[in-house]
Amino acid sequence: MSASAVVGRREFIRTGAAIGGGLLVSLHAPLAGRTSDAVAAGEKDFALNAFVRIGTDESVTVISAHSEMGQGIYTSLPMLLNEELQADWMKIRVEAAPVDKVYNHPAFGMQITGGSTTSPAEWERYRKMGAVARTMLVEAAARQWNVEASSCHVDEGVVIHGATGRRATYGSLANAAAQLTAPADVPLKDAKAFTLIGKPTRRLDTPSKTNGTAQFGLDVSVPGMLTAVVARPPVFGGKVAKFDASETLKVPGVKAVKEVPSGVAVIAERFWPAKIGRDKLTVDWDLGPNAALSTEQMLRDFTEMAKNPGTIAKKTGDPEAALKTAAKTITAEYDVPYLAHAMMEPLNCVVDLRADGCEIWTGTQFETVDRANAANAAGLPPEKVQIHTTLLGGGFGRRANPASDFVVEAVHVAKAAKAPVKVVWTREDDLKGGWYRPMWHDRFVAGLDASGNPVAWTHTIVGQSIMQGTLFEAYGIKDGVDSASVEGAADLLYGIPNLQVDLHTPKIGVPVQWWRSVGHSHTGFSVEAFLDEVAHAGGKDPYELRRTLLANQPRIRAVLELAAQKANWGAKLPAGVGRGIATHFSFDSYVAQVVEASVEKNGAVRVHRVVCAVDCGTVINPDTVRAQMEGGIIFGLTAALKTEITLKDGRVQQDNFHDYQMLRIFESPEIEVHIVPSSENPTGVGEPGVPPVAPALANAIFAVTGKRIRRLPIRASDLAHEGAKS
Amino acid sequence: MTSFFVNGKPVQVDVDPATPLLWVLRDSLEMTGTKFGCGMALCGACTVHLDGKAIRSCVAPLSRAEGKHVTTIEGLSTNLTHPLQRAWIELDVPQCGYCQSGQIMSAAVLLAENPKPTDKDIDEAMGGNICRCGTYPRIRRAIHRAAQLAGEGRTR
Repeated sequence: MSASAVVGRREFIRTGAAIGGGLLVSLHAPLAGRTSDAVAAGEKDFALNAFVRIGTDESVTVISAHSEMGQGIYTSLPMLLNEELQADWMKIRVEAAPVDKVYNHPAFGMQITGGSTTSPAEWERYRKMGAVARTMLVEAAARQWNVEASSCHVDEGVVIHGATGRRATYGSLANAAAQLTAPADVPLKDAKAFTLIGKPTRRLDTPSKTNGTAQFGLDVSVPGMLTAVVARPPVFGGKVAKFDASETLKVPGVKAVKEVPSGVAVIAERFWPAKIGRDKLTVDWDLGPNAALSTEQMLRDFTEMAKNPGTIAKKTGDPEAALKTAAKTITAEYDVPYLAHAMMEPLNCVVDLRADGCEIWTGTQFETVDRANAANAAGLPPEKVQIHTTLLGGGFGRRANPASDFVVEAVHVAKAAKAPVKVVWTREDDLKGGWYRPMWHDRFVAGLDASGNPVAWTHTIVGQSIMQGTLFEAYGIKDGVDSASVEGAADLLYGIPNLQVDLHTPKIGVPVQWWRSVGHSHTGFSVEAFLDEVAHAGGKDPYELRRTLLANQPRIRAVLELAAQKANWGAKLPAGVGRGIATHFSFDSYVAQVVEASVEKNGAVRVHRVVCAVDCGTVINPDTVRAQMEGGIIFGLTAALKTEITLKDGRVQQDNFHDYQMLRIFESPEIEVHIVPSSENPTGVGEPGVPPVAPALANAIFAVTGKRIRRLPIRASDLAHEGAKS
Repeated sequence: MTSFFVNGKPVQVDVDPATPLLWVLRDSLEMTGTKFGCGMALCGACTVHLDGKAIRSCVAPLSRAEGKHVTTIEGLSTNLTHPLQRAWIELDVPQCGYCQSGQIMSAAVLLAENPKPTDKDIDEAMGGNICRCGTYPRIRRAIHRAAQLAGEGRTR
């Protein structure tokens, strides 16, 4: 990325007219390699609105208000826009938006990528922007030709006057169109007329992700840049007492060692000397109040807390009375651990801090919040801080940090370095750095009638609040209940007449955060695994019981039936293989999954096949929906089978991928995804694939071993010597 | 001074020969297609070829490259024509894309040694490469597809 390109982007914001096209280089590099010939187009681009620019070279640049972290939004948003613009798809490029309120999330009022909301939230806006641009281009052509705009039509980037056969390309009209006033409102195509939406469309970013040219935050380099790593306290909330940098400063390439609020920064010419320098650093830490934290103790505390009801999140009917009169009651407790996001690209941030402004390059999901927090740390007004959003090497929520931890720290390091600096987190830093999916404990009691149907259901949840203490508190916490703690539980779709969901929210010094599917990542597991217990306790088939309880929920019932049908629910399986089913509603989408799994004598679990059905409303790119379901399933299986963050004496006990293991290709099952056709508005796809897979697997393990899985990750030691039931 | 070849071109680098090759590529030679994921040869994001063999450049000291040929993702082809790149694009394998340089470089050695790998061969050869986005099912399909494309290339 060249400095001139950066200046160009600032220019764009100030004037609304596009100048630099520099970021095109990093996002959609020319096929030949890293060096850019895309920059040349820059000076001749015309902004028809904040979301699209047309170049005289016929290039079409879509400005993405949302970050690309793998979910395919750099293809889906251009598809929405071009459904109306009707430019030549091959000419489309994507550029990350600068931070500006025009790019605020239509629902959240700030620039953010998260909550599986981008496609639903942008469903109208990007199509409208495309329609506005097309209308202006047609108007420009009509004026040149002295004809009525209504007598013209467009085809793949060309305006055509049918009666006279005159044609003009979008590029040739861009300058004239940019002088016109944008129409106040434009009609949008009827869904029946869609030519792009709903069609499998190749991702625009794939070429750059197969030749090394895709630019992530870690790949950014600016002139005069130094690289830093930070020694952070071994316990959350710890502080530097004193440090000895004498050995560090002897390492060739180390330029400075500076205390910053989050620890001690080792600043060097390049990464390796910084890392070696940090290895030689001696820091005495004031450990603070969390030095005795232990997840083992927390598990005992949570279990104790759950014996009494917490703050009521949802109550219907009279569950207490219904439990007393039930023919049968069953109780079960479920546990899930803290989890790290473990994006493949460790956290990093480049900051160039000057007296009059601050420029930041990073992969973030949270531009508005990061800018405010960075401005505060820099002592500058927010408008003096610009963020260049790069591609994200995975996000999963971690790069939407309420405290902007990795951004704010880099501003402090830049301040101390008195030079542009890139702060790099090692894998160990990233895993030990907190902001985890909370640890949760769930306690259920269900009451069944004489025919085995559940008539009462109580669910007590124990776990930290994610929203508490953040700017989302007012929005997310009502009457003492963090909606993210009880989502997927308090909004249960099953028709159980007497229901109570309540919540304990202990305050613990471990920073917690949204992690792909957030609260659903625990309620999906606990609710769906416990429902399986209820089915067996009542002598019902788990699939049939779900169908019965979802009689008044046609959309989720349809995905349940589709998954069951595609998986041949009820058909005989090979000996030793079990089948489990689960369904979950999250991010306004409906997903059902059937898992086939077996358990080896040593307790090792093998997942053979996952059949997934999803209803996410109107599908923009079917291949993206499939990819997100596949990815969500692997992500969920990793949590089900592999990962946990534990603390002992306040210290995180995991270091790297040897003790925080990811699912690997040889453990990856065959995955089938079936999409329910729908004309409803689009709903989430990035997260809803995650919640059902752990319970479907747990239920499959029960089917084959008779052993209930009530805590994650599933441990071979819990299943060893069980073998197959029959 | 360490002398070696990167993607066919001779290079000389004057840094501590104990520096991992990964950081020489990224920081000294400004070739950022090779990625840092773990620093312990656990994830495969940093996979490059050293004289045709897949190595984890995050734990390979620069000294190991002396006089040898290093191939990185940037050198796989100049125009996205390698069968793996064609298959990756055809099947839209990448999501975030961060691990894919390493995935492709591991797969390239697999195909060079075994032009028609089975699923089991793929599982064995690719077991050292983590993808957090979960693109494994597509990686498997894309390697089979690349084998097919390479085969067509040979018989043409």
